[in-house]
Parts: sequence; structure tokens; C-alpha cells
Amino acid sequence: MATTTRRRSVELPEHPDFLWTARVTPKKVYDVIIIGGGGHGLSTAYYLAKNHGITNIAVLEKGWLAGGNMARNTTVIRSNYLWDESAGIYEHSLKLWENLEEEVGYEMFFSQRGVMSLAHSVSDLRAKARNYHANKINDIDSEWLTPEQVKEIAPIVNINPDVRYPVLGATYQPRGGIAKHDWVAWGYAKAAADMGVDIIQGCEVTGFDIRDGKVHGVKTNLGPIAAQKVGMVAAGHSSVLANLAGFDIPIQSRPLQALVSELLEQVHNTVIMSGMVHVYVSQAHKGELVMGAGTDAFNSYAQRGGFHVIEHQLAAAIELFPIFERAHLLRTWGGIVDISPDASPIIGHTPVDNLFINTGWGTGGFKATPASGWTMAHTIATGEPHELNAPFSLDRFITGHLIDEHGAAGVAH
Amino acid sequence: MLHIPCPYCGPRDETEFHYGAGANIFYPDPAIATDEEWSKFVFIRENPKGWHAERWVHSAGCRRWFNVWRNTITHEFGPTYKPFTEQPKRPV
Repeated sequence: MATTTRRRSVELPEHPDFLWTARVTPKKVYDVIIIGGGGHGLSTAYYLAKNHGITNIAVLEKGWLAGGNMARNTTVIRSNYLWDESAGIYEHSLKLWENLEEEVGYEMFFSQRGVMSLAHSVSDLRAKARNYHANKINDIDSEWLTPEQVKEIAPIVNINPDVRYPVLGATYQPRGGIAKHDWVAWGYAKAAADMGVDIIQGCEVTGFDIRDGKVHGVKTNLGPIAAQKVGMVAAGHSSVLANLAGFDIPIQSRPLQALVSELLEQVHNTVIMSGMVHVYVSQAHKGELVMGAGTDAFNSYAQRGGFHVIEHQLAAAIELFPIFERAHLLRTWGGIVDISPDASPIIGHTPVDNLFINTGWGTGGFKATPASGWTMAHTIATGEPHELNAPFSLDRFITGHLIDEHGAAGVAH
Repeated sequence: MLHIPCPYCGPRDETEFHYGAGANIFYPDPAIATDEEWSKFVFIRENPKGWHAERWVHSAGCRRWFNVWRNTITHEFGPTYKPFTEQPKRPV
């Protein structure tokens, strides 16, 4: 049953009935508890076991495995961020992606089909050119495209200069691409469980056991669980957990919506983002056009957003891709993303000893799934941040050492 | 789409408004504020799962700012109040 093939078309390989043994009730004591069974929580558990030999781990998920933002994102993978710190962690992530399926022994449909970011105005061109040169300095593959070259790579793009936001140029990262999000989560979960990690679904953390400024465990709907160390990897619910542990974090939770069209023939073989007109588009292996836009404006935990945001992004998409005009919308949905003030993540210590946090990935955490777990695992195992996540500390909002990625993050962060 | 109760104009569609994030954030005394206090003022905002006091501006209407309680789970609106007036109690 577990045979997987490399077919990239309509049919997906079949799964065995169970990928891992699900533990229903947690043990009383663990070395490490990871709160959050999404992509980043699962990869954290996987790298704790694989890189650091810590296997007495529980991953606590209040809902079902990878049913939060891991199930709701648009799967864009790239590493062409502006600043050195971001280049470091996102490029490490991309390198991990390039070997991940082989390493964990599980198909993830990682497809390096390239990611293109369009520029539509003079200031947009300048910002993209700056980003392109910054990528070159950091040895990240990056190409500069004229509108004609954009058309060569993606023939369905409208490069007519006579539109409201004409395509004036683009940056292109050929190693960027997409992967199949569910399969990524399942691959990490299976590999972690094979090494002894307990994955406990339906287990919600309702409080912390904190004494003398040090965490000793968590309270849950399934009773108290003790642990030497606890990692919070809860995306949009990070503020709720931080408040339970008695401190504030600079995070705002907002809805981010995405949508898919009905199944269409393969017409779009790369990923195209446009920060200025607020849309990004790829075509899934089965044929749906997968699109996303910016966040809804307001704070929310409701996992839904306003339809006018969808309307706005589709208006932009149709101008860029006129052939989408008659496509039918199949489904829209929303996830709750953890927005940080500088559009960069927070990975590291908290004011509570032995309690670590990984949050703030906002609208773009999927691409970072491997490196997020890699650096979080290092931080938990050694008690000190890895050099790649040291700049992404919580206290940078006091020292002022921000890593401002609002430009490179764009909408398709 | 939210239906937002502007205290000056009555309920209108969300597209007429812009969001102003958390309400009742007070400027620290620059003569004595520490780095931690500046950080709190600049970066830390409440992010509750439930009732949230926040600011909106009716930019395509009366163009005035106001504060309002809104529930971040149900998107239900509670009482509105004008800037520099007493904050109504958090709805239950």
C-alpha cells in the first residue's frame, strides 16, 4: 500500500490506513512538550529527535493534526528575502526542502517550478532591484526578468502596457516552488512518530505549571502533563498561550484568506506573486488555481474573512491573467495568522525559563517549516538559539534590532 | 463583510472604514520612559480571543475616528465610544 510514485499529474499515490500510531492519552511526564501539531510543531519534534536524540516528546494539538494554518496556506516556497538574517534562515529552509522527501522517506510533491515576483511601478521596480541585488550578495539564486522574459516563462501573464498596473519587470527565483502541505505534515509526523514522538490530538493546553519563574509542565483538558521543557508553536493562538504563561508578545492575529478554482488543465507552471496588486497564484498538481491575497484588516480568531477581500484579489488576478476570467471559484477559506511588527518570526527564549516560543511567521510560515523546526529544536535542546534564529529573539522589540521584511515579505510572504 | 456601527452615521459596510488596531494606548512620558516601556507602547497590543477594544475611522463617510468593543471570535460589535471619553465596560 505504501508504494509512492513520482507521477506529477492527477492521480496521487495511495496511503496506508495509518501512518503512525496515535496515542490517545498522554504520559504523565515528558522531556519536551511541543504545543501545536502543525507543520512547525511537527518539524520541531522531528529535529529534536533526529538532530538531538531527544525522543521522549509529546506534540499536543488542540484540534486535529495540521488542521490550522498548515491546512490553509498556499504552499509557496522561496528564500529571496531582503536582509542577511532572513536570507540565512529561509535559505537554510530551502536547502532542507531540497532533500526532505528523501530524508524523511515520504513523498511531499516538492516542485521547484520557480517563483516570480512582479513589479508594476517605478518605486516597485527599485524595491525589487534592491531585493534582487541583496539576494545576489547572499548567494541566493535570483534572476531579473524583463516583461518579455516574464511572458516566456509564464505565457498566460498579460504584459500589455495598456492596463492599470502594467508588468514592468520581475524578480525570479528558479529554486522556489510549492509542495503539498498535508503530505509535508504527514511526512514529518510519521518520521517523528517512528522515532518515538507521541502525537496527541484533541489535547488543548489550558494553563502552565510555572514555579519560581520556570516552567514544569502544562495543564490540559486531558489533565496535567509534566515536562522539563516546553515549546509553544501555536501560530495565531500564540498570544493566548503567552498570556496564560503571564507575558505579552508583540503579535496580532488576523484572518488570511485563500481560494481555489475548479480543476483546470495545466496552464501555469510557475508561481507568480504581485505585491502591488495583491494576488499570488500557482496551479496545484491536480489542476486547481491556488490564490491568496493580503490579510483582512482586523484582529480575529474566527478563521474566516470578508468576501470583498476575495473580490479585490480576483479583480487583480483577472487583469494579470485574462484567461482566468471564466474560471469558477470552487472554495474559499481563512486561517488565523500571527503578524509581528517587522514581518519576521520570533524564535527563542521567553521571560519564563525552559519555556520557548516560535511565532510571528504571519502570512508566510509554510516555506520555513523545515528551518523553523530545525532552529527551534536546537534552541530547546541546547537552551541557546542556533546562529540562524539568534537574531529573531523576542527582545529585539526592546533593543530595536528589528528585521524589517515588509517589502520582501509582500503579500505572498 | 463587517457591518460597523459608526457612532456618528449609524451602521455601514466595512469597506467604508479603515482599522486602527487597539484603543486606549497612552503615550509614555518621554522624560522617564524605559526601553521596556517604549517597547510596550510601540509594539505590544492586546490580542484577545474574545472582546477587543479597537479603533476605526469612517474614512469614506464622516471621516471621524471612534472606539468600539468587538468580539474577535464572533465578529459581534459591542458599545462604541468616542476618543477621550470613558471606556464602557467589556461586554460579557
